[in-house]
Amino acid sequence: MVSTAHNKIEVQDLSIHYGAHKALGNVSLTVRKNEIFGIIGPANSGKTSFLNAVNRMDMMRPNMNVSGTVRIDGIETRSWRNVYALRRKIGVVFPLPVGLPLTVYDNVALAPRLAGTAGSRADLNELVERCLRRAALWDEVKDRLTHLGSLLSGGQQQRLTIARALSQSPEILMLDEFSIAVDPVTTMRIEDVLKELKEEVTIILVTNLVQQANRLADRTAFFLNGECVEIDDTETLFSGSAKDPRTNDYIGGKFG
Amino acid sequence: MATASDARDKNWFIDKFFQSLMFVCGISAIVFVVGIFLFVFKEGLGFIVNDLNVAEFFFSPKWRPTSLHQPTYGILAMVAGTAAVTVLAMAICLPFSIGAAIFIAEFATGKTREILKILIEFLAAIPSVVWGFIALSIMNPLIITTFEVPMGLGVLNSALILALMAAPIVTSIAEDAFKAVPDTYREAAEALGATRWQTIHKVVLPAAKNGLLSAGLLGVGRGFGETMAILMASGHSINIPTSVFDSFRALTATIAAELGETAVGSPHYQSLFAIGIFLFFITFLINMTADFIVRGVKKG
Repeated sequence: MVSTAHNKIEVQDLSIHYGAHKALGNVSLTVRKNEIFGIIGPANSGKTSFLNAVNRMDMMRPNMNVSGTVRIDGIETRSWRNVYALRRKIGVVFPLPVGLPLTVYDNVALAPRLAGTAGSRADLNELVERCLRRAALWDEVKDRLTHLGSLLSGGQQQRLTIARALSQSPEILMLDEFSIAVDPVTTMRIEDVLKELKEEVTIILVTNLVQQANRLADRTAFFLNGECVEIDDTETLFSGSAKDPRTNDYIGGKFG
Repeated sequence: MATASDARDKNWFIDKFFQSLMFVCGISAIVFVVGIFLFVFKEGLGFIVNDLNVAEFFFSPKWRPTSLHQPTYGILAMVAGTAAVTVLAMAICLPFSIGAAIFIAEFATGKTREILKILIEFLAAIPSVVWGFIALSIMNPLIITTFEVPMGLGVLNSALILALMAAPIVTSIAEDAFKAVPDTYREAAEALGATRWQTIHKVVLPAAKNGLLSAGLLGVGRGFGETMAILMASGHSINIPTSVFDSFRALTATIAAELGETAVGSPHYQSLFAIGIFLFFITFLINMTADFIVRGVKKG
């Protein structure tokens, strides 16, 4: 496959096994630069495994076997010797908010500090404020920057993890069912944030809410039981003209 | 006929029975602690009322309870010796134990980890008199030849033995503390591009600090409380240690060595119980400090 300038991630024949159990089989897809790429599908369809393969979190899981290739900007991820540098390019937001047991400030400042790009205190202050503003959290926590991040409310913690993911200036942002523990109002605020962010980063949005993909994603993939059933423009997929009947059934709410 | 709302069925009685049983179990812990304290206090009371000279007790290094014309009861030398050994032992034990716990909890997998855990538990099962034996017959000549000193029994020997004795318990408590840190923290840190060491250093260690603190204080408690091994490794001579090779005498060892040779009810007998009360307060203080620090950490 020849990589073209507007393809950010190219995945070819990606298969993931946990021991003998197959979580994902022969998935090939491309994610374009600055799009929101939605992945929908019921539980156990391999969505999270897919994300873990992209930023090579399989290294943390001895029984997770990944085959096939993932290219980011045309470079195969497995050829990166410094996997930490690869992960710094990719921000991740997990299903349940993980406010690390650090202060709000330190949560956001962690990534630049780890990378050694923190710079002066004033620069760091500015970065923290910018990231918190972008995650629509600044106004709520600006007087509580020294409080423990793990003591914020669920919705605030989730926006904190988004701010944290942004602080590493990622090229790619992967969100894994981010709204599962977040109230609807906060969800809508985060969705607005994502629409703005797409100008700068490429976003992979894994969601169990079909309508969320419809609202946000430019293109959407439907995963089912470890198989990528269909990928198409979101509009096409949701207009009832999906090619595979299973996709129509899932989107139409007949199962899942 | 009773209505369903106030019928006492079988489950109701079983529930009441187990609630009472658990209540008795819970209360018994308090009863035992208070009982032990009262016993020790009662035995030491006569000394505290009649013979205790507070200044002499705490600030005199002279422990001569058997002197015929002028018995003196000073525990300063013993407190200094016990404290010195505990501090040195912890300085040796903590880095090793926490390092071992980090390896077991964060890096070791499968068989390596299981074997390590079994070996460490095995270390904890060695009786303290065997440690004393090791101190006398292995460490003693080793220290004499290595440092070219006349005697190998003393602060260094005791601290090494105590460090080895405390290591398994400190390691396993520290490992529990690391285990209690949710994996989501590690994954979040690694997803941010943290290396393994950065993850441990910046996220896991801060998250586990309460547990590590209690592990350390448990080690300190062990240091103050250990008797038999220290009795054998210390040289047992009353002396404020000024170097790590000096012999000293521990508070606990004094009680163990002398109690059997005193007449019950004599001032000497009672003074040993006064030392017991002092040890009781020290442990109480250590636990209280731990409690306050842990609470302070939680609030922050």
